[in-house]
Amino acid sequence: MTGADGIHIGGLYKVFGGGPASVMPLVRDGVTKQELLENHGHVLGLRDINLSIAPRSIQVVMGLSGCGKSTLVRHINRLIDPTEGEVWIDGEDVLALDRAALRHLRRHRISMVFQRFALFPHRTVMDNVGYGLAMQGVSRADRAERAGRWIERVGLAGYEDSYAHHLSGGMQQRVGLARALATDAEIMLMDEAFSALDPLIRSDMRTLLLELQKELHKTIVFVTHDLEEAIEIGDRIAILRDGGIVQNGDSQDIVLRPADDYIAEFIQGINRGRVVRVGSIMGPVESGLDGPDCSLDAYLEDALPVVARAPGNEARVVDADGAPVGAISLDRLIGAVSGNDPPREAR
Amino acid sequence: MADWLQSFPTLDEGALRALKKSIDAGYRAFSRNYGDAIESFFDPLLYVLIWFERLLLGAPWWLVMGAVAGLCYASSRGVRLTVAVAVAFFVIGYLGMWDDTMRTLAIIFVATVLAIAIGIPLGIAMSRSNHVQAFMLPILDVMQTMPIFVYLIPVVMLFGLGKIPGLIAVVIYAVPPVIRLTNLGIRLVDREVLEAADAFGAGARQKLFGVQLPLALPNIMAGVNQTIMMALSMVVIASMIGVKGLGQPVLQAVTNQYFALGLFNGAAVVGLAIVFDRITQSYGRRIQAEREARS
Repeated sequence: MTGADGIHIGGLYKVFGGGPASVMPLVRDGVTKQELLENHGHVLGLRDINLSIAPRSIQVVMGLSGCGKSTLVRHINRLIDPTEGEVWIDGEDVLALDRAALRHLRRHRISMVFQRFALFPHRTVMDNVGYGLAMQGVSRADRAERAGRWIERVGLAGYEDSYAHHLSGGMQQRVGLARALATDAEIMLMDEAFSALDPLIRSDMRTLLLELQKELHKTIVFVTHDLEEAIEIGDRIAILRDGGIVQNGDSQDIVLRPADDYIAEFIQGINRGRVVRVGSIMGPVESGLDGPDCSLDAYLEDALPVVARAPGNEARVVDADGAPVGAISLDRLIGAVSGNDPPREAR
Repeated sequence: MADWLQSFPTLDEGALRALKKSIDAGYRAFSRNYGDAIESFFDPLLYVLIWFERLLLGAPWWLVMGAVAGLCYASSRGVRLTVAVAVAFFVIGYLGMWDDTMRTLAIIFVATVLAIAIGIPLGIAMSRSNHVQAFMLPILDVMQTMPIFVYLIPVVMLFGLGKIPGLIAVVIYAVPPVIRLTNLGIRLVDREVLEAADAFGAGARQKLFGVQLPLALPNIMAGVNQTIMMALSMVVIASMIGVKGLGQPVLQAVTNQYFALGLFNGAAVVGLAIVFDRITQSYGRRIQAEREARS
């Protein structure tokens, strides 16, 4: 696995405190976070994290505050060093890098967007966006050209010479995003990047991010505490609790097959009709069914009117090429939307 | 009742005298052996001080006034302040204190530059290591609370009377604020901003000069401002060990009870203080204003 592309995290532990090594045996034996703090004076940050992130995908890391999600993402560019474990990027052992190699990694291959923007208040928008390029040693003229392009791309043309505090929160985070994109790093870490923004601006920023991702195909690790955000942008979603991963899967897995009660509670309020796709709940192909057809990737909400109008309230499910792959009945649909799924047949 | 309960147990007089004598003798021997070497070490400083004093005294008064007013405008961008500074200098000169003011200006300027040159690196060192900070803080406390006359003694023993001992005394007295506020300013820089610099691969030096020092600048300027104020407050005391300038007439006024002479020269010191204070403060405020009011 360590030779593979993408980001691979294996057996990662992080304990904060005076002597992390001394309490590691307890941690490995599964001492609770609370007990570790009260009886041993150490804070459990991360516990046995194993996570593989495919290149060019968006991996969401989700959890409530204090669950360790920001700590986890900082291990990828080693803003935090682990107590134990491995981090590999494209077959390279990140923990084995010396200072110079680590700087090189941060300058060229990983960039980052921060929750509270973390812009440099004494620099203009142009110089903020060009910061990573300056660290790469790019000449001033080149920097202006390349940074200028990204400023335009995130919709801030005309603000090049403004200072960050003259901009609204949403615009500041556009600067933060442009700063991260400008280095052309293939990996982008986003630590609650949109959490500090107003709901409307947030959804604008999500749209912008997905639009950019369609053409840039970066490997994005996106930290959030917002389930809807996670479902909208994540190819895969890892849910953290008390420093450990409870479940890692795509949005269909999380919503339809929550690993435990904690996650079940988490997803209770979600609108399944807008999250679950027909392909995730369909039954096996039935002969004798023809038209109307329902796409494998359609959301349940969109499939409802089609199936309701179909004869016998049952429709054929077809893949992208139009070949039938299953069937969906109105009963099944309604059951899935309301959360009382019939058991799902094996595909 | 035992004797030591009745009266305070003191070291007996002979031993105490011997202790003081040996400290004195030790320091005297040190000053005899190394005094010349240390003095010649400070020679370049003396040349700079004398050169600068001659420059100010030799230049036509309107040129000096123009330079000060220009500096004032450049740092504050305020017309009213600039005019006020020019008027203050004019009044000082009109009341016959121009030459003394130039001498004081020279030593204050050199002392301030020296204090900044020593203070900022020390402040940076303190900000980077808690050990250095723990070591430096009590020293700074002593420097600021020890009566000034006490550290005039060893300085005078080493250098005799004159400009250099005066300069050293002024710098020792005036350097703590710039050290403290450099340290504080750097420590107050937003951690997230520093993390961003780290995340983009900034090295230690790039972080210091590109992020930490620029963001600490308003605090550092506040330190420089206090340093100048403290240097000015040393003018009269420095005149006791032979530093010429506005302090000497004040000293003369005290010993001879010349009230007006003391008042005029004292007012000139106050005038200089206000000028420097406004210039450095408005500069500090201007850089701060560019960064504040984050929405």
